[in-house]
Amino acid sequence: MAKPQTLYDKIWESHVVDELNDGVYLLYIDRQLLHEVLSPQAFEGLRMERRTVRRTSATLAVADHNVPTSDRHLGIEDPESRLQVETLSKNCEDFGVPIFDMHDPRQGIVHVIGPEQGFTLPGVTLVCCDSHTATHGAFGALAFGIGTSESEHVMATQTLRSHRAKNMRVLADAPLPFGCTGKDLVLAIIGQIGTAGGTGHVIEYCGQAFRDLSMEGRMTVSNMTIEGGARAGIIAPDEKTFAFLKGRTMAPKGEMWDKAVAYWKTLKSDEGAVYDKEVVIDVPKIAPQVTWGTSPEDVVAITDTVPDPKDAPSDAKRSSMKRALDYMGLTPGTRMQDIEVDNVFIGSCTNSRMEDLRNAAAVIKGRKVADGVRAMVSPGSTLIKQEAEREGLDKVFMEAGFEWRESGCSMCLGMNPDRVPAGKRCASTSNRNFEGRQGRDARTHLVSPAMAAAAAVTGKLTDVRDLMK
Amino acid sequence: MEKFTKLTGIAAPMNMINIDTDQIIPKLHLRTIKRTGLGKVLFEELRFHLHGGEKADFILNQKPYRDAKIIVAGDNFGCGSSREHAPWALLDFGIRCVISTSFADIFYNNCFKNGILPVTVSKEDLDALMADASDKEHPELTVDLETQEITRPNGPKVKFKIDEFRRECLLKGLDDIGLTMQKAEKIDKFEERQRESQPWLYAQG
Repeated sequence: MAKPQTLYDKIWESHVVDELNDGVYLLYIDRQLLHEVLSPQAFEGLRMERRTVRRTSATLAVADHNVPTSDRHLGIEDPESRLQVETLSKNCEDFGVPIFDMHDPRQGIVHVIGPEQGFTLPGVTLVCCDSHTATHGAFGALAFGIGTSESEHVMATQTLRSHRAKNMRVLADAPLPFGCTGKDLVLAIIGQIGTAGGTGHVIEYCGQAFRDLSMEGRMTVSNMTIEGGARAGIIAPDEKTFAFLKGRTMAPKGEMWDKAVAYWKTLKSDEGAVYDKEVVIDVPKIAPQVTWGTSPEDVVAITDTVPDPKDAPSDAKRSSMKRALDYMGLTPGTRMQDIEVDNVFIGSCTNSRMEDLRNAAAVIKGRKVADGVRAMVSPGSTLIKQEAEREGLDKVFMEAGFEWRESGCSMCLGMNPDRVPAGKRCASTSNRNFEGRQGRDARTHLVSPAMAAAAAVTGKLTDVRDLMK
Repeated sequence: MEKFTKLTGIAAPMNMINIDTDQIIPKLHLRTIKRTGLGKVLFEELRFHLHGGEKADFILNQKPYRDAKIIVAGDNFGCGSSREHAPWALLDFGIRCVISTSFADIFYNNCFKNGILPVTVSKEDLDALMADASDKEHPELTVDLETQEITRPNGPKVKFKIDEFRRECLLKGLDDIGLTMQKAEKIDKFEERQRESQPWLYAQG
């Protein structure tokens, strides 16, 4: 009998074009997504060498990082941002690559629109010049972020030179406790394994906690895989996956659909497959999570206090904790729930889909944003924005005092004008709490959409379970 | 891409873990459509005050480290965003080599595409190299990719290992797209087979 394989092994082996050298392979890439920020130099490289894009139909571009989330009809004020967005359109036109520009009704965050359009499919290799490409792993795709030079390589050859990664299994085999979401689960995982815990590995998420999640929740988990150091985080496709994709514009249709589903059903790890690393998550112990520091691994339960560097496991971690506390303006021992916030951001490729907006809206319905708090929502795509408006969620948010914005990367990284001011504190549904991420000297606390909503209405980090009773 | 064979230069000690690519090059500088000119904003928020002016305590603002060609840093260097602007900024500043106990995967790959050598060493070796770099009188190291060893001002050499293929490409400064294009026939064959077995992936051509 053949050696049992992991899902990653199967996808990897079905895409090897050639072995180039000891451990280096030429891997076929089925799909590439592009956005305006990290692609201009790749197109420039092609142009200089008079090369073309090998499979334009396997490539899709969208403007998301620099786009304004208000008054979009006025265009982009910042000249550099504008040039970058215009450059993407020009490059796509010159090279024949399909693009959703800023005004396209299908526009949105690159990792939201891929699945939304059915561009993302199970079993494919999918890349994008963006570390959060891991998101698409929720569909059982091998999806990972690459650099600009690698992107140019994929455009020219539809392949990538790659080293085989190791297999890592994260097992969370119990139902998530009340008040916890995919975001709390993935933050707890990162807290446990650390930001370098998955380096060199592809993670496969296994067990009931992941199976129970909707596709939205699974995307949130896969999205933050990179925050645990692994480039890709896969979840085996199942009926939920197929139901999500069926009927999407770019998904297969008719007979082709049946054929595809028959293949997708084979995409799971074999019984007895061996992983290089295994981590078990104690799911019943998870409570709503919140970060206190400047790395996603700096995470505690909302019921906890700010940790003390005194208790750090190493000198290096101790000095990094001290630095983080200084940057965050926090004192060890402070109850997380006593920390006041100035900003609340609901959006980003991590948490901006319908379920996220519904979860947040359920918490704020009938409540008001606390005095002195600026709160905003940026839906993950223009189509999601419209769907939310059909459900009346925009009214719930606006009546509570939230700003209801257009779709884009927005305040997750503040390349457009949406930034957290210096020294201000933000409860954010995004993925990174790095120094300066949401704005220079801005202080970020990563939370789920429901937790962000709770912080908005109380003005401080809050245990959302208290508002759900 | 510029070759990397042997480099002798000042090594700057950055004794921090998890130095992320947002710190190496803040996002506002990603609005460029070029690869060049990013050295002046390398580590911008660590290096300069909010309203301008250098932060005197930052290592690259101090003599002799302003002329550093090598950075010695703590664990998990280059984590976070995939921005290739991070190696572009390092290169533009004059950094050709980073030494750490571990690197984030995407950053590690990006270095090799730009003629920067990321060297992984053990914790003990890193401590020794960090101490070497911290000696302002003699902070020079020699990193030899041929022999895969680092020569220190004092003390035994430090061995390191780069996988053969990457080492070869860096030593020769090879354009890997050109190399891959020589495999066009194999790529064509792969597509033929896949078009047969998974036709839905080719529905639009």
